[in-house]
Amino acid sequence: MRQRPLSPHLQVYRLIPTMVMSIVHRITGAALYVGTLLVAWWLIAAATSESYFEFVNGLYGSWFGRLVLFGYTWALLHHMLGGLRHLVWDTGAAMDKHTATKLAWATIAGSITLTVLVWIAGYMARGG
Amino acid sequence: MVELALPKNSKINEGKTWPKPDGATNIREFRIYRWSPDDDDNPRVDTYYVDMDDCGPMVLDALLWIKNRVDPTLTLRRSCREGICGSCAMNIDGTNTLACTKGMDEIDGGVKVYPLPHMPVVKDLVPDLTVPYAQLSSIEPWLKTVSPEPAKEWRQSHDDRTKLDGLYECILCFCCQTSCPSYWWNGDRYLGPAVLLQAYRWLIDSRDEATGERLDNLEDPFRLYRCHTIMNCTQACPKGLNPAKAIAEIKKMMVERRV
Repeated sequence: MRQRPLSPHLQVYRLIPTMVMSIVHRITGAALYVGTLLVAWWLIAAATSESYFEFVNGLYGSWFGRLVLFGYTWALLHHMLGGLRHLVWDTGAAMDKHTATKLAWATIAGSITLTVLVWIAGYMARGG
Repeated sequence: MVELALPKNSKINEGKTWPKPDGATNIREFRIYRWSPDDDDNPRVDTYYVDMDDCGPMVLDALLWIKNRVDPTLTLRRSCREGICGSCAMNIDGTNTLACTKGMDEIDGGVKVYPLPHMPVVKDLVPDLTVPYAQLSSIEPWLKTVSPEPAKEWRQSHDDRTKLDGLYECILCFCCQTSCPSYWWNGDRYLGPAVLLQAYRWLIDSRDEATGERLDNLEDPFRLYRCHTIMNCTQACPKGLNPAKAIAEIKKMMVERRV
């Protein structure tokens, strides 16, 4: 007999909010490794010398650096909210499908809002 | 293991477009997965047109309309046509559900029909369910007791009986099982939502006396803990049950028995 084919899965499955937030939680979690390296590099630079710190600070302050840091802020906040969602779920609460879908939307809306707020606060603290 | 793409023998080709019904004015397009063990072709997607004025309201009605009037080789499982046997579970419009209880009015545009995802295909819309059935028997889904058998029956209070609501209704259609990405990637070792819901149904049964042994059998990084609360199972269940919640309750029982 011929070998049976595998039926399609990701190729045909509808993207539903809870599923998308699950994979985004994974991706942001992986991105945090890179973000942590950036923080570590910044601290190592501060401990090395003034000129090296200036160099790294300059990189982070460039438009591209700020873009990466903005993404890192979002990844951190999104992963944190996702983690809180999992903490609630671990108690067995908020697991019916409509509540879970609302939580999925709340996670993405919350993380984007908080990220923008953090950056507004940051720019205000620096005085523009 | 995570393999995002389909194997070479499973890649889907564009199939045949069947003629539109003569004289029909209210036509619906169906895109249906086909594969036969009797030739050497890869799977394909055929296009059919159904006369909606001559057909019942459910997706199963349309599939049988096609089988009876257009293409008798179209192969699918079905039996009760009222959502209690679980035979006609398939992927319709991107989510797993029962063809007999899925109304065509719930779907926009053409209707896409595939077999349950990430399963070996026997023919067309018929998946091979050998593995999930073996996994079901591995959790020993029957009453296990050590006490002497009572003269009449094993008694249960109303409150204890209520704990089985939302669990006993499962018809084992495996819509949830095959909607789960964790099950797609680790279906050989992860028991999957349908089987874990059954496991919980026996764990929570006040008459069952093998709770500790049952939990021992589930306490495994793969069998239970591959559940990452993706929630596709609960979103898919055509009976409105909540396998994700049942799994969360099992995880809680694991913690509670340690403290």
